[in-house]
Amino acid sequence: MHLEDIVKALNLRVVSGEEGLAAEVLGGYVGDLLSDVMANSKEGDLWITRQTHQNIVAVASLKDHAGIILIQGCNPAADTMDKARKEGVPIMVTDMPGFEAIGKVYNMIATKKGPDPST
Amino acid sequence: MAAWKGLTTNVLSHEPAIYENSFPVEGGTYENAGHVSSQIKALLKGMKISKEVVRRAALVTYESEINICSYARSGKIVLQVTPEHVTIEAIDEGQGIVDIELAMQEGYSTATDRIREMGFGAGMGLCNIKNFSDFFRITSEIGKGTHLKMVIRIDKDFDGI
Repeated sequence: MHLEDIVKALNLRVVSGEEGLAAEVLGGYVGDLLSDVMANSKEGDLWITRQTHQNIVAVASLKDHAGIILIQGCNPAADTMDKARKEGVPIMVTDMPGFEAIGKVYNMIATKKGPDPST
Repeated sequence: MAAWKGLTTNVLSHEPAIYENSFPVEGGTYENAGHVSSQIKALLKGMKISKEVVRRAALVTYESEINICSYARSGKIVLQVTPEHVTIEAIDEGQGIVDIELAMQEGYSTATDRIREMGFGAGMGLCNIKNFSDFFRITSEIGKGTHLKMVIRIDKDFDGI
């Protein structure tokens, strides 16, 4: 599953790091507590959060995340965008509330191996 | 006052370092938070150190940086790399920690609302540091500052002597 497939399917607005959209998404992580995300997320995760300040870029970059989705139409702060562009970290914005966004992303990643044979 | 984890001998060894560098960290602002961690991550990656060790070193450095940004006037991160281990020290000039045992408890934090709003100050930082290091030492003096020392093994047989 490539990041651009998720962006297209969920109509996410890409605000930085377009060059990283071809990256493979290996999983996902949800959280607004940065220490939790630092400790428990994994490389290749798509991180879903509503934190918008510039420190999210450092976390995503240190953890080698595929990208960050900001929910509920939360736009990143100007310095967050600057930093994300510099570091090539894709940030996407959706108007969906977290529950909905997470569910849709989960479904896409969980079904990436093809449709469920029982359906 | 010191709290030790996993130490049976005088760990924090004295063999000659192959690489040592010190990075200043600004206190009282998050503007550059994560900058030192990124630098250290890139340095270690360049030394062909395993991904797992780099990941853990980046994490303990990041949490230490955030602590300095949150609670200290100024500080520095000192990196030392030998063939056996990566040692990271976070040394700050700041308020110090009143009760280290309490500070080490998961969920305990003295963070202000401003810090918490940003998703820091959940009382996880020091626990993360401890959990992701092989050896960890914390000392602190009220009104002076705090000194963290973290060792991450590169050589699995390295026993801290």
